[in-house]
Amino acid sequence: MAQAMIDLAHLAKKFGDQTVLKDINLTVNAGEIVGLIGPSGAGKSTVIKVALGMEVANGGSAKVFDTVMPDRKLLGRMGYMAQTDALYDDLSGEENLKFFGVMKGIAKAKMAAEIAHAAGVVDLTADLKKRVAGYSGGMKRRLSLAIALLGNPELLILDEPTVGIDPALRRQIWTELGKIRDAGRAILITTHVMDEAELTDRVALLLGGKVMAFDKPAVLKQQYGVDTIEDVFLKAEGVE
Amino acid sequence: MRTIAIMNRVLKELIRDKRTLALMFVAPILIMLLMSVIFNTNSTTDVNVGTVAVTRKLNQEMGDIKHVDVKTYDTKADAKQALQDEKIDAIIKKNGNNYDLTYANTDSSKTAAVKMAFKNAVTATSIDQLKSALKKSTTGMAKLQAQLMVMQKQQAASTTAATGNAAAAKQAAATKAKSTTTATKSTSQKTPKITNHYVYGDKDTGYFAKMLPILMGFFVFFFVFLISGMALLKERTTGTLDRLLATPVKRSSIVFGYMLSYGILAVIQTVLIVLVTVWLLGMEVVGNMVSVVVINLILALVALAFGILLSTFANSEFQMMQFIPLVVIPQIFFSGIIPLDSMADWVKGISYIIPLKYSGDAVSDIIMRGTSIFDEGWNILVLLVFLVVLTFLNIIGMKRYRKV
Repeated sequence: MAQAMIDLAHLAKKFGDQTVLKDINLTVNAGEIVGLIGPSGAGKSTVIKVALGMEVANGGSAKVFDTVMPDRKLLGRMGYMAQTDALYDDLSGEENLKFFGVMKGIAKAKMAAEIAHAAGVVDLTADLKKRVAGYSGGMKRRLSLAIALLGNPELLILDEPTVGIDPALRRQIWTELGKIRDAGRAILITTHVMDEAELTDRVALLLGGKVMAFDKPAVLKQQYGVDTIEDVFLKAEGVE
Repeated sequence: MRTIAIMNRVLKELIRDKRTLALMFVAPILIMLLMSVIFNTNSTTDVNVGTVAVTRKLNQEMGDIKHVDVKTYDTKADAKQALQDEKIDAIIKKNGNNYDLTYANTDSSKTAAVKMAFKNAVTATSIDQLKSALKKSTTGMAKLQAQLMVMQKQQAASTTAATGNAAAAKQAAATKAKSTTTATKSTSQKTPKITNHYVYGDKDTGYFAKMLPILMGFFVFFFVFLISGMALLKERTTGTLDRLLATPVKRSSIVFGYMLSYGILAVIQTVLIVLVTVWLLGMEVVGNMVSVVVINLILALVALAFGILLSTFANSEFQMMQFIPLVVIPQIFFSGIIPLDSMADWVKGISYIIPLKYSGDAVSDIIMRGTSIFDEGWNILVLLVFLVVLTFLNIIGMKRYRKV
């Protein structure tokens, strides 16, 4: 088995009286794409926040790169894309990329190449000089993804990356994600699109603060005796 | 490095947000101009003065002054009625050798105009009196000289008679003494006591000059507080703060980046406000202008730290606006625009936690009294304590969004 990039063991998280995560066991290894699916409010975003060190676990352990989170320095080796676009509207696409590049600690000499590469992946090269305020919804989403891709992070954490992106580009992005995986890097991705879940290497089904099932899509389908991940999802929810 | 990048980004965003920039730079100037026009209208104010039992000469002198109209009344009751009916703005009554002045004082500029006119008129009349007194004393001198000549003649006539000589000296001394007494008599007559009465308020009503240094600080505080608070709030609500914190950036770099960018902005704003008040409004700056800018810069940083801190308690721009009546407006009350001496002790106590008070005190001292910035150590120290504590709280407070 490859090296574990993310290792969450018996993770629990409470916000006040409300228990959001009860017992999360989740690993993301180098060279794999792990999908995180579950209904709204299941705690997908909380899992991501703990992995990034924005929240601290109340119980269990959260390790990234074999280091207990939170750890500020490790963030330079991760790429994060949130559900919201999180862009500076008054800046151009390039200025956004450059700013976050500096924040990530990318060396000045490499910056231009990094920006060109990230923009190329999401097909935004032609629009880099335009202000983000003039971007369409899909363009903003792509720019947001490009920011996460900056600096070739070893671990990508993507929160619903393909919402609002047209099918052709979505396919292109998945191809790129596949390349990243093949390069030995890891990706944790949350999604609502079930046929995307089929494209992942392993799927974690999050429900009521617990990981109900965590295996290869094919194995899960077999386990639940259904044809698609969507049915797995529905069935798991129904059981609960 | 990251701090500088954050500063650059914030500045770039601000420069592209033309409306906010205009708010920061044009609004204070516009308000100050308006205020100066509204408060400083003395030069064109027409005042009506009622006089009772005042010499004709004084009446005439006052009437000759531009924008002053004099009406004479026979009794004080008549004049008072006129004052109540708003026909006149002030009453001047001669009481023996003294003057009683009663002002309606509903308009401080009119009161000031009357005071000025009265003072001028009195000076003019007393100059006349002085002239006549001078004439008197010159005639006295002439007399003395004549007497002296007579004496000299007498001396020449009877040089042998020693007794006669002594008598002449005595006589001369007596005349001298007489002339001095007449002189002192005339000067004592020329200083009448003036008593001022105000129907409304007191002599301190209306003092734009006193307000200006504090107003300047207020504008800096208000706009930096609001805009920086809004900016960080926007970062939070749009998710850019989360994304920023998902990079290895230090929390302190974010806070310092904001401080640098808004510090630069505050310097420009202060310089602009100072220049406008000096050149357009004709404010006299006795002290060093650089000192004024320095103190306002510190105040701006306090406002920035305050704005960022409070923005964490707001969930929307509107909620940020709600801090204005709670946080910003009370600052005006305790800043020294309203004299603190007249307040109850416990109210005075509140002023000690108001940053604007310290900057207001310091800037007022510098502008109006020419105090050196090095003598404002206490005020600056308190402001710096505010700044350090608030900045520290901000860096700690960001832990809400990222635990390291």
